[in-house]
Amino acid sequence: MRFGVIVFPGSNCDHDAFYAVGQNLGQPVEYIWHDESSLGNLDAVILPGGFAYGDYLRCGAIAKFSPVMNAVKKFAAAGGLVLGVCNGFQILVEAGLLPGALVRNRGLKFICRPVTLRVETANSPFTCAAERGRRLRLPIAHGEGRYYADERTLDELEAEDRVAFRYLDNPNGSLRDIAGVLNRERNVMGMMPHPERATEPLMGSSDGLAVFQSMLRAGQAVAA
Amino acid sequence: MNARVLVSYKSTVLDPQGQTVRSALEGLGYRSIADVRQGKVFDIVLSEGTSREQAAKELNAIAHEVLANPVIEEYRVEILD
Repeated sequence: MRFGVIVFPGSNCDHDAFYAVGQNLGQPVEYIWHDESSLGNLDAVILPGGFAYGDYLRCGAIAKFSPVMNAVKKFAAAGGLVLGVCNGFQILVEAGLLPGALVRNRGLKFICRPVTLRVETANSPFTCAAERGRRLRLPIAHGEGRYYADERTLDELEAEDRVAFRYLDNPNGSLRDIAGVLNRERNVMGMMPHPERATEPLMGSSDGLAVFQSMLRAGQAVAA
Repeated sequence: MNARVLVSYKSTVLDPQGQTVRSALEGLGYRSIADVRQGKVFDIVLSEGTSREQAAKELNAIAHEVLANPVIEEYRVEILD
């Protein structure tokens, strides 16, 4: 399964994502620069964490206009797997590929520590190797990670089983404790916690591997 | 021609920065301040020869697509002269 990691000016988890996929998942992975207009022959693309374009204006607000995002939109529309982590999640909501928005943490502080998540659905290419209710210990590192959407959208996400992860001890004031969401077609997911930073014992947790193993399993199922 | 675009959170979106400013003002003794919402101001200079209609059209477009995120924010476009 071929993975791509998008590199925006200001991305800073691109190497972590590359390492997680290449070393700990053992799959081919390449970087894709933000001014590329095509993704090439990929099965999955990762929008990594960081501060794309300095997060000027709003997090992800400038990144959504970069040439590569047109390619990501086409890729997503064709059913390709798209994972956005942290700043990558912020870019996906700004680009309209996922509903809602990510706003300033309730306590105003940048929070950098491990948190515990609960897998809310195994019915997605990003969680199918886990089971509903599994707890994952993953790091968060964000100042603007409070998930916001209007009530109708939140109800719709829940009714359609599109909340992928919830915080057990909500660190940032996210509405309904939401830490990760899926699009309607279930091939695009965004999450604030960092699965790529928890993919081997040396990192303090290997729980994040579940996300990448799920993607691999889903990708192999498509290929079979 | 000059214009100003004001962007602020919708009333349904929590504004912890505004709340912090409000509580600081309360701490300073400004008893008449009931609430504060923080926002952004964009002062924009339009190219010479731009018509008022064209300016209004473009400013509304950029406010909607770029300067504000309509999921969480509202905006107001003002043409100043």
